[in-house]
Amino acid sequence: MTERKLRLLVAKPGLDGHDRGAKIVARAFRDAGFEVIYTGLRQTPEQIVNTAIQEDVDAVSLSILSGAHNTLFPRVIELLRAKGAGEMPVFGGGIIPEDDIPGLKAAGVKEIFTPGTSTEAINAWVKENIRPRA
Amino acid sequence: MSLAERILNGEIRAAARLMRDIDDGIPSAVPELKRLYPHTGRAFIIGVTGPPGAGKSTLTDKLIEAYRSRGSRVAVVAIDPTSPFSGGAILGDRIRMNRHATDEGVFIRSLGTRGHLGGLSRSTNDIVTVFDAMGWDVVIVETVGVGQDEVDIVRTAHTSLVVMVPGLGDDIQAIKAGILEIGDLFVVNKADRPDADRAVRDLEMMLEMNHPEEGGWWPPVLKTVAQKNEGIAELVERIEAHRDHLRVSGRLTRFEENKSALRFEELLRDRLFRQVHERISEGGRLARTIRAIARRELDPYSAVEEVLSEHVHREG
Repeated sequence: MTERKLRLLVAKPGLDGHDRGAKIVARAFRDAGFEVIYTGLRQTPEQIVNTAIQEDVDAVSLSILSGAHNTLFPRVIELLRAKGAGEMPVFGGGIIPEDDIPGLKAAGVKEIFTPGTSTEAINAWVKENIRPRA
Repeated sequence: MSLAERILNGEIRAAARLMRDIDDGIPSAVPELKRLYPHTGRAFIIGVTGPPGAGKSTLTDKLIEAYRSRGSRVAVVAIDPTSPFSGGAILGDRIRMNRHATDEGVFIRSLGTRGHLGGLSRSTNDIVTVFDAMGWDVVIVETVGVGQDEVDIVRTAHTSLVVMVPGLGDDIQAIKAGILEIGDLFVVNKADRPDADRAVRDLEMMLEMNHPEEGGWWPPVLKTVAQKNEGIAELVERIEAHRDHLRVSGRLTRFEENKSALRFEELLRDRLFRQVHERISEGGRLARTIRAIARRELDPYSAVEEVLSEHVHREG
């Protein structure tokens, strides 16, 4: 009765119009028993952060295929902090070169999943690392 | 400061958190709701219901825009189905509305049904309470896609819109009971499709068979193409006409009384059940009773009477 259900935001920032990956991940999250809020395409970091706060999610996941990950991830993290929600974990995936990953993690991104990662692996990581808030 | 105080100060984050506590059934939400309740009763609550794919979310998006342009602050509760197998859900109503995400005068909250039938989640009324206490002028509640019998919205919303699409044809006859009885307004959306006029005629014909009481409200049937913003201005006009009708006719008072009665009964039922259930679960008594019923050593009627006489004061 009083069991927290994990709530995750799946967001598609930026201009690329490909959300197949985001939808597959959203579906995998649903099948794992999580509640997923999906924003749809072409969201600004401001829209994503306001959505995360209004929906009280336990983590924000971003799917980025446009190459703008080095801008978009840090911007979302910065805005979350500015709105007093800096503790909300941010992770994501997409076409992201290995070389960029250390920089993104240094900026506060919890994990990056690159193409070819199985949905099982993503779910396992979420179960291990994302907790519903107290 | 309590969540309730922060909510009354207009803090979005606090409201979002309390809504989560409500949805997750966390007991600490109850004292917060007690503090908020005296501040409610001001918001105008609009329900949007109809079958899946009728365009409820797109229509809701246009209603947000229309009420924003009138200077109202608009909150939305958007409900999507929870998977009965995994317990998970994809809440995607925001896709059609998220252009409003950066507008300070709009707050959208998505909910999963979490096993609740009736078109809403169990938490919906309490979440509307939070919005109402916080001072949102208009609260739009969008139900899951409904079939015939999911009519809970009528007890939650002051004005209920039933959204249909052309091409349901004879199906309208089949579903005349249920959702077609609860609409204060009927909307044939996607009215640029063939057969829109026929859908309007079918609905009107069916509605003519109902007879509202003297001075009652005749539900109008309107055409919209939400995606192209067509028919929205007239729709809002009619929604406002219904709102005036409720006030002027005194039906608003009756609505509030009915809603309060149902809410009270629902809470009483839930709390009583939970209390008794918890007590008899302890020490394996519930399991023993159920086994005895299954083996026909005890009948379920006597079993319930026995439990009630022990844990609740005797009937009559």
